[in-house]
Amino acid sequence: MLDQVVFYFFAVLAVASAILVVTRRNAVQSAIFLVTALLATAGIFLNLNAEFLFIVQVILYAGGIMVLFVFVIMLVNIDVALHQVQFNRQWFVALIITAVLAAQVVAAIAVSRGSLYTMPAAPAGTLEPNTERVAFVLFHTYMLPFEIASILLLVAMVGAVVMAKKRV
Amino acid sequence: MVPIGHYIFLSAALLAIGTVGIVTRRNVIIILMSIELILNAVNINLVAFSRLVGSVEGQIFAIFIITDAAAEAAVGLGIIIAFFRNRETVLADEMDILKW
Amino acid sequence: MNAIMPYVFPVLFALVIVALLPLVAGYIVLMERKVMADMQVRLGPMRVGPHGLLQPIADAVKLLLKEDIIPENADRLVFWGAPLISVTTAMLALAALPIGPFFQIADLNIGLLFILGISSLGIFGTVLGGWASNSHYSLLGALRSAAQLVSYETSAGMAIVGALLLAGTLSTRGIVQAQSDTGWWFIFVAPVGFFIYLVASIAETNRAPFDMPEAESELVAGYMTEYSGFRWALYFLAEYTNMIVVASIATTLFLGGWLRPFANTRALNFLDYLPPLLMVWVAGYCFRRTPKQPVAVQKMFMAAVGVLCIVLAGVLAMPLVAPAGSLLASSKAGIHGAFWFLFKVGAYIYVFMWLRFTFPRYRFDQLMRLGWQFLVPLSIVNVMGIGLGLALHRQLNWPNGLSLPLGNALTAVAAAYLLSAAEKHEHPRVGEEEEETPVHA
Repeated sequence: MLDQVVFYFFAVLAVASAILVVTRRNAVQSAIFLVTALLATAGIFLNLNAEFLFIVQVILYAGGIMVLFVFVIMLVNIDVALHQVQFNRQWFVALIITAVLAAQVVAAIAVSRGSLYTMPAAPAGTLEPNTERVAFVLFHTYMLPFEIASILLLVAMVGAVVMAKKRV
Repeated sequence: MVPIGHYIFLSAALLAIGTVGIVTRRNVIIILMSIELILNAVNINLVAFSRLVGSVEGQIFAIFIITDAAAEAAVGLGIIIAFFRNRETVLADEMDILKW
Repeated sequence: MNAIMPYVFPVLFALVIVALLPLVAGYIVLMERKVMADMQVRLGPMRVGPHGLLQPIADAVKLLLKEDIIPENADRLVFWGAPLISVTTAMLALAALPIGPFFQIADLNIGLLFILGISSLGIFGTVLGGWASNSHYSLLGALRSAAQLVSYETSAGMAIVGALLLAGTLSTRGIVQAQSDTGWWFIFVAPVGFFIYLVASIAETNRAPFDMPEAESELVAGYMTEYSGFRWALYFLAEYTNMIVVASIATTLFLGGWLRPFANTRALNFLDYLPPLLMVWVAGYCFRRTPKQPVAVQKMFMAAVGVLCIVLAGVLAMPLVAPAGSLLASSKAGIHGAFWFLFKVGAYIYVFMWLRFTFPRYRFDQLMRLGWQFLVPLSIVNVMGIGLGLALHRQLNWPNGLSLPLGNALTAVAAAYLLSAAEKHEHPRVGEEEEETPVHA
């Protein structure tokens, strides 16, 4: 019962703030609502007994990436943006395409609904203790992808520095 | 227990909203933020299924996706800063140097 | 009824913390002013109450009665919400801290990461507040604050990872337990890690010598420039709560949490009598000063403080004199644990103040260079060093006394190398300088 209340609360929060992210005129306000959406997602992770992912989401996404976003918005923030047209010219076509995409996804879910709903949920407690299990799988089975991801981060870091530097 | 279908619907909703943001907004920063929304939608699915089958591998994939999002945000924002420095704009449809 | 029972104690404890925190923050401010006065050979606040003991309350009343100004061009909603974000995140972080083995709101299995994550959200309060004020000073302060926090969070996180390796758990209670089991506080096992955390935590709480985000001589008051009255008080509360949080993290991780010094040495058990004796000493001081207060009310207040100290001494002494096995005797761990925890937190905060009144402010580029070119590499080497020490101990069965100092020695060598490199950068020798000068001249 509490489970469901928590899930629907966070789900509504996530969807509502996601809508606000794409409709707000002001980029900073968009960023604030994106943080809310990310934190709501983190809450859903917690609801799914994924504590480690919850805290990764909070530290990395909300506390790291979003701070970067807000920082850049403030660096490039121009008040002109507030008076400009918010959406681009093809927004109507784009909206139709998105609606088609959404319809496809919903249709796909609806078609496979029978098999989805009948899948048995894992008994509670199988994922405990979460952090240790994540670490074990990450450093045993997925060691190589982990290293590749770290190289990806290094490349991204160098790339970002080179991009943003005034003169190279 | 919440049925797994609801997680997928939530994820699909976030995916659709993110797509709307990408294709309709002019501000590049908000387009990047919409991409983050889509990545989050994927993460919800992965973690929900990881819970369903009782294996943590879905969470591992979610961690990789978050890593990817961090890299993407860093490079993307770097490009935005460089572009802003040259053209004084962050609007996607004014980024038309390659057009003629 | 049984379903509610597990929640009663944590909720009560949370209420106590939220209710007492503003008062505690106010008294930390008073302590700071007194310490500052002492270091500058002054008396500090003396007027309100005996020895200024009621000053925090007077300050609070003043702040609450001030006019609440919102600048005309401010983003009202964000301006209104930003201080709330700061305070909420700072207070949430207190939830996982163990103040003694019994006083803890929740023992999370991701405890330490939870504290880190929640307090890393506090930066939004600063940044958004600075942005919403729509003022250049505020925006600059916010930008500086964002850059500074992100930079120093990295090294603080890595310093914490070093201690986590030693503890082998993320639960705050488990970390203290691990220090109790080995008998060594982690500050002695990983001294470099503690040093890195100390520096990084000063930068994270925006305190001098790293207080660029609110440097008075440069930015008026940084991100808080446009704030006044109650909202300003909220920012202040958040700042001091953050100090308590980082001090508590350091206490839990490196200073043995609620453990008494030499908790495992039976011969030193007489140290248990230290807390009540300390309280009696403070009470004696209060009683001695009582007749010297000028006004009758102040005399009464001073005597009341003395009586309070006597009561505290009694509470601390009771478990010691109670017969073994009774309920009172078993409460010793909780009561004395809380005393030692708060004592260590106070000492850590005192070091903060000491540093603040000793060092001049850094320049922003110096701050960034210190963070990225010294602390971050050093903290990474520190993690590797501790990892190496633990691996030698566990895989090759080296004695702990040999392998861990080896790891620390590795870190120290790295520190020496980084320092010498930084020295070269700051003061290049004659020959090297010419190489570094750009050719365009």
